[in-house]
Amino acid sequence: MSATARDDLIRGVWRENPVLVTTLGLCPTLAVTNTVANCVAMGLATFFVLVASCYLVALVAKWIPGEIRITAFVLIIATFVTVADMAIEALAPDVHKALGAFIALIVVNCIILGRQEAFASKNPVLNSVADAAGAGIGFMVTMLMMGTVREVIGNGTLLGHRVLPASYEPWVVMMLPPGGFLTLGTILLLIKWKKVRKPAVADAPAPAAAASGAVSGGSAA
Amino acid sequence: MSEQTRLRVSASPHLAGPVDTPTVMWSVVASLVPVLCAAVWFFGPSALLVVAGATAGAVLTEAAFKKATAVRDGSAAITGVLLGLCLPAGMPCWMAFVGGAFGIGAGKLLFGGLGQNIFNPALLGRAFLQAAFPLAITTWPKTGLPWSSLRGDNLAFPFTSPQVIDGTTAATPLGVMKFEGGVGLPSVMDMLFGRTGGSLGETCDAMILLGGAYLVLRGLMNWRPPVAIFLTVAVFSGILHAIDGALYQGPLPMLFSGGLTLGAVYMATDPVTSPITPKGSWIFGIGIGVLVVLIRVWGGLPEGVMYAILFMNAFTPFINRATQPRVLGAATKGATS
Repeated sequence: MSATARDDLIRGVWRENPVLVTTLGLCPTLAVTNTVANCVAMGLATFFVLVASCYLVALVAKWIPGEIRITAFVLIIATFVTVADMAIEALAPDVHKALGAFIALIVVNCIILGRQEAFASKNPVLNSVADAAGAGIGFMVTMLMMGTVREVIGNGTLLGHRVLPASYEPWVVMMLPPGGFLTLGTILLLIKWKKVRKPAVADAPAPAAAASGAVSGGSAA
Repeated sequence: MSEQTRLRVSASPHLAGPVDTPTVMWSVVASLVPVLCAAVWFFGPSALLVVAGATAGAVLTEAAFKKATAVRDGSAAITGVLLGLCLPAGMPCWMAFVGGAFGIGAGKLLFGGLGQNIFNPALLGRAFLQAAFPLAITTWPKTGLPWSSLRGDNLAFPFTSPQVIDGTTAATPLGVMKFEGGVGLPSVMDMLFGRTGGSLGETCDAMILLGGAYLVLRGLMNWRPPVAIFLTVAVFSGILHAIDGALYQGPLPMLFSGGLTLGAVYMATDPVTSPITPKGSWIFGIGIGVLVVLIRVWGGLPEGVMYAILFMNAFTPFINRATQPRVLGAATKGATS
């Protein structure tokens, strides 16, 4: 793997994490992170769709006229989402039921369209796949962070196994939609707080500011 | 030297009245003493434990993130006491503490502290507890238990589930209205003087009205929101009662049941989260009144005061903007441009 492709891969995982830095793909991040099992399924499905569709877009991008590129991208994404949807339904029907419409909604996940529009349509295939994999891993890492916090506090379990004593009183709110907002808000707050504190401690120009300035992406979903 | 101090330049206001923020805040705390006494009278030591837990959560959170002197203005103490008063007596202390900490932490400090918050911190703390521990917050102890007995597992170890003792809980008047069709509803006099089930501070409406009257007479409270809420609820429920008296409760049980009095007098008058203009105060109060009746009569929950006030809190900036008085001498709306 060339140095630039490796850079493309690493960038999406943390420094330009699609959820925590560009705040894209908030819909699944808030909606289905109440258990770790849901996060794993959703993360894997999104990773698969992201990498596969970015690969195909990077291959065919130069033959797609600019005026209809979004339509073409969405069609490509929808193809892979259908594959992922049917695969999950066959392999893990319970998870499929729990995720409900959110698997089909991967089609409109703006992380995927964002990576295609901003990167895969303009870059070589290898770099595009590395970039998509980086963003996919970054998405999965964030989902797992959220899912772990919410499942442990909200239910006292991790992947269905009890990790806190039976006398623990579960905080039901963490399993409900408000818990998603509270968890994501807290994580973003801690990251921002660390970024603000860092330059003051190191007494040097903030590298964080340069990184956030270079972020590519649009508005939140 | 004395010349220098006499010629000091500073921004307005140049005259400071004797009433400052700590005076207002501690007066509100003082006006809550009768309510607190009534809570202790009806719910025994449990009342003190729950209120102490909520107040400790609020004050310690404020002290941890602000300078320790910031708690001296009493605003965090009010949040804690009010939160404690709108919780059931059997609530474990640690849950009350969590509610106080969340109310101050997420409801006030995140917005920038005193005067910056959108939502009433005490109600936000209660809304969080309602979502986090739905069972504990709807377990209402029976009235008439021995005075010195705990009304629930108040001393449950932090983060453990409270032990539920069977046969010690009873429905609140609103629960009776909602789920039992109003059969066995306590008399209006019992509701007014607190001989019913409910949250600690909400049952004895007479004491709340007394505390509110004291604050209004001292000029420390805006009387318009509570009056608007009472009138709206009375008129709205009166109309419904006139349409079908068997299906809808009359105005008096609606006014004196649940947290309406406590919410109207102490939560809807929060100077930070309610409109500042007189006209805005009326709009705010009418909005709360309509929402309370809507939620109580057609909503899924028996009580709607908390959500009604939080909902109208969100509209406060818009109400303020819409009711901003015309500056003297400025052009009227139609005449500009």
